Amino acid sequence: MSLNSELVTINFGPQHPSMHGVFRLRVTLDGETIVDLEPVFGYLHRGTEKLAEERTYVQIVTLTDRLDYVASMSNNLAYVSAVEKLCNIEVPKRASYIRVIVAELQRIASHLMATGFLLNDLGAFGTPLMYCFREREKILDLFEILCGARITLSYMRPGGIFQDTPQEFWNNLELFLESMPNQIDELESLITGNEIVLSRTRDVGILTPEQVIDASLSGPMLRASSVKWDLRKANPYEIYDEIDFDVPIGATGDTFDRYLIRIKEMRESLKIITQCINLIKPGPVRNEDVPLIIRAPEGEAYVGIEGPKGELGFYLVSDGGISPYRCKIRAPSFINLTLLKEMTAGGKIGDLIVNFGSIDIVLGEVDR
Amino acid sequence: MTKSLNLNTVVQNLPDTLKQEVNTENGSLYVNSKYIFEICRELKNNNKFQFNYLKSISAVDYVEFFEVVYHLDSLITNTNLVLKSKLYGRDGNSINSVISVWKGAELQEREIWDLMGIFFEGHPNMKRILLWEGFKGHPLRKDFLK
Repeated sequence: MSLNSELVTINFGPQHPSMHGVFRLRVTLDGETIVDLEPVFGYLHRGTEKLAEERTYVQIVTLTDRLDYVASMSNNLAYVSAVEKLCNIEVPKRASYIRVIVAELQRIASHLMATGFLLNDLGAFGTPLMYCFREREKILDLFEILCGARITLSYMRPGGIFQDTPQEFWNNLELFLESMPNQIDELESLITGNEIVLSRTRDVGILTPEQVIDASLSGPMLRASSVKWDLRKANPYEIYDEIDFDVPIGATGDTFDRYLIRIKEMRESLKIITQCINLIKPGPVRNEDVPLIIRAPEGEAYVGIEGPKGELGFYLVSDGGISPYRCKIRAPSFINLTLLKEMTAGGKIGDLIVNFGSIDIVLGEVDR
Repeated sequence: MTKSLNLNTVVQNLPDTLKQEVNTENGSLYVNSKYIFEICRELKNNNKFQFNYLKSISAVDYVEFFEVVYHLDSLITNTNLVLKSKLYGRDGNSINSVISVWKGAELQEREIWDLMGIFFEGHPNMKRILLWEGFKGHPLRKDFLK
């Protein structure tokens, strides 16, 4: 006797707890097996690139906060670096150190979110996420000391940062650096050896090095598939060439590697911050020659930095006016979704959620 | 540090049939839009270039023409290259898709079609991505009315 079977098409999202925002997946299923999958974008499209054409160069910093809204500092850094390259603006050394410190703090915060939500998607509902949020909260408190904001920071300006750090920041950062290694250990003791996590993530969604390079993936997605490529090493910006740190890579490129890479990168970030604290010297934090209304010379500049999710790039074209003629954003979350079908087709629907969670996307950046 | 390839060396190392389809202008490498696919394939597979990573594709509307900009990287030799291609005319612009060279072009080419209105020939799924089907116009064009 043969059973009748027919394909069923279902919609995941746009409002679904494991879609990390407003994102829709149209999934065609044969029983529990995924036959086809089509991502549907655009629910959070705000036209950032068009808006940027009508703002001054300094005003656009606030638009970049709202791209990857769990990593505003990295967005700020990528954007102001592009403006600085376009206008040949020098950045004081102290500002560079502070930028690197806050960008690495932001990387830790973003990776904590990624780890927490991945575990949430796995069904470990609430608890691991709260452990991660507890630590992320400390980083947000540090940012609050710096600029009064916690999420949409707008801390950086072309030519430096908005203001120097108060002493309270350094004291709290010291406390954070003392406690954080133990907190990561604690998190790892809950997750890394956990049998359920291992059986759900090992050998799920394997991506080969050839696949990830061909599909322009970046960040932890690239390094989990054992491609040793990190823009902080390959093309050092700010003061990363003075810092000693490792670039961890994964062995098989499965979901577990993508989780483990983020844990290891958090430890490396702590190393970077500690070295910066030892190297930083008093001095100006803002290039005073930069006017409030910047008139960029005619030309173009592309700058990509290693954001928490991958290569975050800004391509600015100037016609000599006070706002960019074109501002293109190379969003890592968006391009990292290229291989979603390859990762999931042929697998079970339960693995779809895990695979999707391990990409770590933020919809503000996907849809822009 | 990522190095930029000298444009003259790039032109010299291209096969003779493709040499006349490129020219250097204002420090950028301009490619005849009809040959973009052949040149990209050459840049990826030729051992002298090895551009195996497509960083990003952008499109800029200069009103009298459109410019499609390819930022290429080689993860092997740590070099980069910027390719540009001009498209004249406002309606029915199209350029060959490079998706069979780098799969990373898939979503970016769809985005350019959606927001800038440049059609990519040979793309398997060329439809709007951020806006909905039926949306009138392409918002990033300079003549788009708000």
